[in-house]
Amino acid sequence: MLIKKPDAFKPSEITPEAVYLQRRTFIQGAGLGLGAMLLPGMGMAALDANQPIKDIARYTGDWQGSTLAPDWLRQKVSQARPSRHLAQEPSTPWDIVTTYNNFYEFGTDKGDPAEHASDFKTDPWQVEIAGQAEITGSFNLEDILKPHDLEERIYRLRCVEAWSMVVPWVGFPLADLLKRFKPTSKAKYVRFETLFDPKQMPGQRSRFAALDYPYREGLRIDEAMNELAFVGVGLYGNAMPPQNGAPLRLVLPWKYGFKSIKSIVKIEFLEYRPVSSWERSNPKEYGFYANVNPQVSHPRWSQASERRLPTSLFSPNRRPTLMFNGYGDEVAHLYAGMNLRNDY
Amino acid sequence: MTTRFSSTLKPLVFCLSLLPLVYLLWQVYLVVNGQENGMGADPAKTIVQFNGDWALRCMLLTLAVTPLRQLLGWVELARVRRMLGLFAFTYALAHFTTYLALILEFEFNELGTEIVKRPYIWVGFTALCGLVPLALTSNHLMMRLMKRRWRLLHQLVYPVAALQLTHLFWLTRSDYTEPFIYSVVFLLLMGYRVFKWRQRRPKMGRAEVAS
Repeated sequence: MLIKKPDAFKPSEITPEAVYLQRRTFIQGAGLGLGAMLLPGMGMAALDANQPIKDIARYTGDWQGSTLAPDWLRQKVSQARPSRHLAQEPSTPWDIVTTYNNFYEFGTDKGDPAEHASDFKTDPWQVEIAGQAEITGSFNLEDILKPHDLEERIYRLRCVEAWSMVVPWVGFPLADLLKRFKPTSKAKYVRFETLFDPKQMPGQRSRFAALDYPYREGLRIDEAMNELAFVGVGLYGNAMPPQNGAPLRLVLPWKYGFKSIKSIVKIEFLEYRPVSSWERSNPKEYGFYANVNPQVSHPRWSQASERRLPTSLFSPNRRPTLMFNGYGDEVAHLYAGMNLRNDY
Repeated sequence: MTTRFSSTLKPLVFCLSLLPLVYLLWQVYLVVNGQENGMGADPAKTIVQFNGDWALRCMLLTLAVTPLRQLLGWVELARVRRMLGLFAFTYALAHFTTYLALILEFEFNELGTEIVKRPYIWVGFTALCGLVPLALTSNHLMMRLMKRRWRLLHQLVYPVAALQLTHLFWLTRSDYTEPFIYSVVFLLLMGYRVFKWRQRRPKMGRAEVAS
């Protein structure tokens, strides 16, 4: 590889998006030259402490897709506050985050979900809580979300197909949600399930799908309780567009994208380790953990590097992939003593 | 079929086969100039895939020429077979070149590793290698010089098409509808050949017994 390895980021070094967006004004104001402008995000650390964080990243274009979400949800999302988990890289533009999707329930081409999910019905929505917990049952989305204050987290997203994005999500910590249902001591794992509705989801009608629907994903309970594990309900200050997994999805930035299950209808606390959909479909290629790991190559894709979207034609924007997608400080301890070559 | 139509058949097929390439160049022009285009967030990947799709489609069209000629009794159709075959090769070469240039950025070390480690890549690469001698010997001179061996060599087109389909199946991640459709077409075209071949053989057998 000819590519220079950037330094790993610590959360303390991360520049909030709002401050990041103001860099131009700051640079101009401070009378800095062109040289400084070529180094986006550099030299901003000193500014962090003084500058109040104003707002989250917002999409202000004319796309109306997230108006499918109910008013209360749109309003709740718009009131989200920035958090300390804000990746310092520039975010991938809205247009790309919402038109380049792997959501096979809506088709296998990257543009299919945006096209086929445009009138996906996500209101009313219920989530069933089941298994090893004191509180179980079916809950309306409103009751699921009510007690949680929403925050923005800008996370890197690394797909197993060796491309990546940076996405400003809106949501709340998964641990806060799970704890409300008082999982018992037998709850060693959590399984999540996507909606099964072939009428709305053309991919589920295909006779030649490699996946058994409904789509299922799982986490060890300590992974699920990790501070980085996030429930996403919005994007760029808007309610989650259907193609990105409306109305609620997981966001697990240290794992390959397919672990971040979309359009969740069921959460189950389990005593045993569940089998996730990709693992069932092809256990040699997809493991249960699916942590981003540049050293363990997938049979189809080398995982040593990634192409950060958007790419331009003659600059594939390729960069080395970081262990745990650069989130080792927060999550590496979860896998201490494990051989991640075997538990891929 | 009228003779008039037959004389325009070749230029017509040529122009039609060129259309995807023209479309692609137009899209690349839009991408390079930063204008609105249909190449998506990852134009490099779209281009590579586009060329690969057309390589396979032209291949199947080439294989369809002889059965259609015989079934429709349209003799002139034979005249476009070589051209379609060369288009299949052109798109396959473009597929490989764009992969090398836009995805691997000419890192030949990486190409070596990729070819060895990723089964679908070496299958595709083998298919391309198989097309090279066919393209090189596609002219009249070689046909004359090689005589019966030319026919034998060009039977290579069948395993190459099978490798291309394997390549597509292997790299498909989730839904097999598209490779399935291509495979059905391929199997029908091959089935026709096997049928014809078996039809000829028993006759020869009887002839031998009779003599």
